[in-house]
Amino acid sequence: MSAASRFLRRITPQLVTLAAVLASIAIVFPGFFEISIANGRLYGSAIDILNRGAPVALLAIGMTLVIATKGIDLSVGAVMAICGAVAASAVDRGMGLVPTLALAIGTGLACGLWNGILVAVLKIQPIVATLILMVAGRGIAQLITEGAILTFRHEGLIFIGSGTFLTVPMPVLIWLFTGVIVALVVRRTALGMLIEAIGINPRASMLAGVNTRVLLIAVYMASSLCAAIAGIIAAADIRGADANNAGLWLELDAILAVVIGGTSLLGGRFSIVASLIGAMIIQAVNTGILLSGFPPEFNLVIKAGIVLVILVLQSPTVQSAFIYFRRNKQSSPADAKTVVQ
Amino acid sequence: MLSRKAWIGAGVLASMAFMASGAVAQTIGFSQIGSESGWRAAETTLTRQQAQERGIDLKFADAQQKQENQIKALRSFIAQGVDAILIAPVVATGWDAVLKEAKEAEIPVVLLDRMVDSSDDLYLTAVGSDLVHEGKVAGEWLVSETNGKECNIVELQGTTGSSPAIDRKKGFEEAIADKSNLKIVRSQTGDFTRAKGKEVMESFLKAENGGRNICALYAHNDDMAVGAIQAIKEAGLKPGEDILIVSIDAVPDIFLAMAAGEANATVELTPNMAGPAFDALAAFMKDGTTPPKFIQTESKLYTQADDPKAVYEAKKDLGY
Amino acid sequence: MSGSQPLLRATAVTKTFPGTIALDKVDFTLHPGEVHALLGENGAGKSTLIKCLTGAYRRDGGDILLDGMPIDPRNTLEAQSFGIGTVYQEVNLLPNLSVAENLLLGHQPVRFGMISGRTMNAAARTMLAQYGLDIDVSRNLDNFSVAVQQVVAIARAVSLSGKVLILDEPTASLDAQEVQMLFEVVRSLKERQLGIVFISHFLDQVFEISDRITVLRNGRLVGAEATADVDRVRLVNMMLGRELKQETRESGRTDRPEGMPAIRFQGFGKSGRIAPFDLDIRAGEVVGVAGLLGSGRTETAEVLFGVTPHDSGKVEEKGATLPLGSPRDAIAGGFGFCPEDRKGDGIVGDLSVRENIVLALQARRGWTKPLPARAQAAMAEEFIRRLDIRTPDAEKPVGLLSGGNQQKVLLARWLATHPRFLILDEPTRGIDVGAHAEIIRLIEELCAQGMSLLVISSELDELVAYSHRVIVVRDRRHVAELVGEDITTDNMVAAIARPDAGRADEAAT
Repeated sequence: MSAASRFLRRITPQLVTLAAVLASIAIVFPGFFEISIANGRLYGSAIDILNRGAPVALLAIGMTLVIATKGIDLSVGAVMAICGAVAASAVDRGMGLVPTLALAIGTGLACGLWNGILVAVLKIQPIVATLILMVAGRGIAQLITEGAILTFRHEGLIFIGSGTFLTVPMPVLIWLFTGVIVALVVRRTALGMLIEAIGINPRASMLAGVNTRVLLIAVYMASSLCAAIAGIIAAADIRGADANNAGLWLELDAILAVVIGGTSLLGGRFSIVASLIGAMIIQAVNTGILLSGFPPEFNLVIKAGIVLVILVLQSPTVQSAFIYFRRNKQSSPADAKTVVQ
Repeated sequence: MLSRKAWIGAGVLASMAFMASGAVAQTIGFSQIGSESGWRAAETTLTRQQAQERGIDLKFADAQQKQENQIKALRSFIAQGVDAILIAPVVATGWDAVLKEAKEAEIPVVLLDRMVDSSDDLYLTAVGSDLVHEGKVAGEWLVSETNGKECNIVELQGTTGSSPAIDRKKGFEEAIADKSNLKIVRSQTGDFTRAKGKEVMESFLKAENGGRNICALYAHNDDMAVGAIQAIKEAGLKPGEDILIVSIDAVPDIFLAMAAGEANATVELTPNMAGPAFDALAAFMKDGTTPPKFIQTESKLYTQADDPKAVYEAKKDLGY
Repeated sequence: MSGSQPLLRATAVTKTFPGTIALDKVDFTLHPGEVHALLGENGAGKSTLIKCLTGAYRRDGGDILLDGMPIDPRNTLEAQSFGIGTVYQEVNLLPNLSVAENLLLGHQPVRFGMISGRTMNAAARTMLAQYGLDIDVSRNLDNFSVAVQQVVAIARAVSLSGKVLILDEPTASLDAQEVQMLFEVVRSLKERQLGIVFISHFLDQVFEISDRITVLRNGRLVGAEATADVDRVRLVNMMLGRELKQETRESGRTDRPEGMPAIRFQGFGKSGRIAPFDLDIRAGEVVGVAGLLGSGRTETAEVLFGVTPHDSGKVEEKGATLPLGSPRDAIAGGFGFCPEDRKGDGIVGDLSVRENIVLALQARRGWTKPLPARAQAAMAEEFIRRLDIRTPDAEKPVGLLSGGNQQKVLLARWLATHPRFLILDEPTRGIDVGAHAEIIRLIEELCAQGMSLLVISSELDELVAYSHRVIVVRDRRHVAELVGEDITTDNMVAAIARPDAGRADEAAT
């Protein structure tokens, strides 16, 4: 089996799920797939999904790497809030776009370094280690914005959130670009394999000479870097840093995206592309609910129901039952033939 | 526990001593919830300003969204023998014991902005806004603005199940109830946030023929309206003209939008709850005038005609 | 015996996994009162057959008759209720519960709705008495030796099932005395007309205990015969499908390479793990390490490889000091290490054979310098061929291979780094005869190419066969060094046993 067909086979369940979700939205809301160009930008519900899904997609990229090492990063939502606040307060003080972005991304990397040191050096369980920043991070962000929404009017920064390049919204380009770059880096270098090795058997990896400590720190820094980009986009999108709400609960959506993407929470084999499709599935469900016009009291129940169905269909038990069923169906005509002979 | 009783005892003595001496300069304790929102920060700023104007010594305690911190702060105020206490309670229940302690110490308590479930003889009065009334003011503005014209309204609700969301929806619906030209065609929660306001407005626009079916937006707070305005602009429509926008709170950013002609009206939830509270306390202490149990603040309507630029300048440093 | 009605009859059992046919129409018949040995190399299909019989796997084809009735167990619990019980090499009991609780878990005697401790202990004692075991059943299971735990596991399995008992390598971690104790138990069960399936790599034990032998190879049935009718050579032939060169040697190799030591450890040790020792390694030399389990063998290997960094002494190479604070340092210095616990410390189960082979080399190069995909594939193919690794292709997850093949993959991982000094901890444990011989041949080959090796083994014959020198370890210190003609099993046993009588008994068995 070639690498390409293995890859296709890996992401097939996610693609099928995404197609099913999109198809059901199209039934409820017929104009769903219409795309036009309005005001110099692509316009349509499908574009909204790609655009609104940007933060979760970005978080899912980093989260995939962390989960592959058998870790988890609960702090990404808070890191989004911090980095958005840092970017907003930087332009508010008159800094240029490039130093502002450098400062926000640098802050994100520092958050990742902190998480990485807690996990890799102090050997604190990832869920506990990142919980610290999850709790404290939002407070830090509130300190930066002084509790209010820090509004800015810096055109350069706003462009990142709501500008377009060749009619495509910038957030879409940014998450696609980040996803492609990270996927290429982990697969074209040995990073992916070494990360998977750590997740599957950390001791064997260490004995084989894998630098587990440095790689773990790097993975948490990558996760926070993705969160920083997501935070900048979220702030730029609403032209303000909302420390109380930016990235709130998005860590859970990111984890869910990775899980829907078929990467096990027990670490090991991962697929960034599958996680990105997972993020789009989640956003498609969100957008679909908004388009459906149901009263808002049903939002969470509908979302939970759909996620439950997806996860049940992807569960090992149902999968093996499905394979069993398919094989029986295939083999029974063959059996009949032998009887005839 | 023993020491707490001793403290309270000392507090009672101290407060009696104060009253006996008839000190003119008042000391008032203020237990604030925390910095949960910009509005809350503005409330704190204005409370400090109002106290300073009246020559009141304000003792400020930030509870960081925790009831136990507020109870501690109240006990400490009682022990210090303050002349009165202002509190913005973080939750509605669980205040009986500490309010009784204040009553025994003869310290009047005024509730700011939020209510408690305790018996109303445990506090002097409550100052707050009527959320239903706010919604009604917004609705009445839209009734007069449309003046009988057909108008499809989309509504951005607050957090599902929260009392501002329920009451502001109710007030607005009451105002437009008998106007057959006004119809709410879509209503969805935007969680009081800008980001969700923008996202939900995008879906409204798609669902209502690119926004051409929408004549007005009613948002339960200004933040969601600010987010929605961006969504409308990105869809190639003109907010404030193609789609009328009315919201509630009157935070500074909405005045910027109004100055730019992108928003039409907002109903003020005044952060100045302390002013009326101090006035009521002053009257009560001077000659024992008992204020009503609920003092409703004014829900002032601002439109583009009210020099939004100037209002923005006045409000922008309040900490919103 | 063949005249009696078979207790268990499996016909044409077939099981396929993606890419492999693990069992291809295998027949197996077990009579009551029979000990039936199931033999085959690793990967021959023994475990798969057992798992199909016990319901751990769903078979894809074939029938299983128990007492003439067709059965189709969906899980091990159901198989147990039919009467088929299994005891694995790693005892599947709960070490932190008492012996009595382990025996009766789920079936505790209940009195007035409460579990009665006294009744339970009495019942447990009665159960164990049948096996000639008189121990304090109220103590936790982990207080007892593996052999006792093994008997407890058998007692539990027999009490729950009572018709067929499957023993999967029960003797792998037992000493000779304990093996005899276990065999007594097996014989008593045989008298009670149980059918017993016995899986082992030890041919001596197979000949001692079994009545019939079934041999599998590559998922197919090779033959089933009465033990009395086969001899050793034929059995090995059946298992391997080829003649195994019988290599025996009385004493160690005398062709120790001349010249200066390549690597010189001086006063090297780690307090609490292994006492400081001196060790010189020459190029092309095999140093054996002999000693009982827990004597300091593995500790020696781990301190040499930097797994537990040394806290005394130094290591020199041509007068220059080598840093050796971590496995990464050791690998940078040209060391390699195949650990004893293959699954826990060695393989990365979900990664492919190819990825496991390139792992150490890739880790040394760093993640920024990936081996090109083509080079990786070529390297994997080369080692699969050279070490005869049995796998359908290089992309198969290594965890699905048999133990011997996993060991070969680990060796390949280190050979890919072209080490100067390779440490092998129990390289032949738990692997089949064929792979065993191949690994010994490989050790000799590598040493002929000038590599230095340190091999830890509990098989003294094996050490005699390939070692130039043997270090004997006892009580966490190096106590003797045997060279050339002095390397004999007798001398090693003597050195291991020397100080106190208690140890001598143990070593003599």
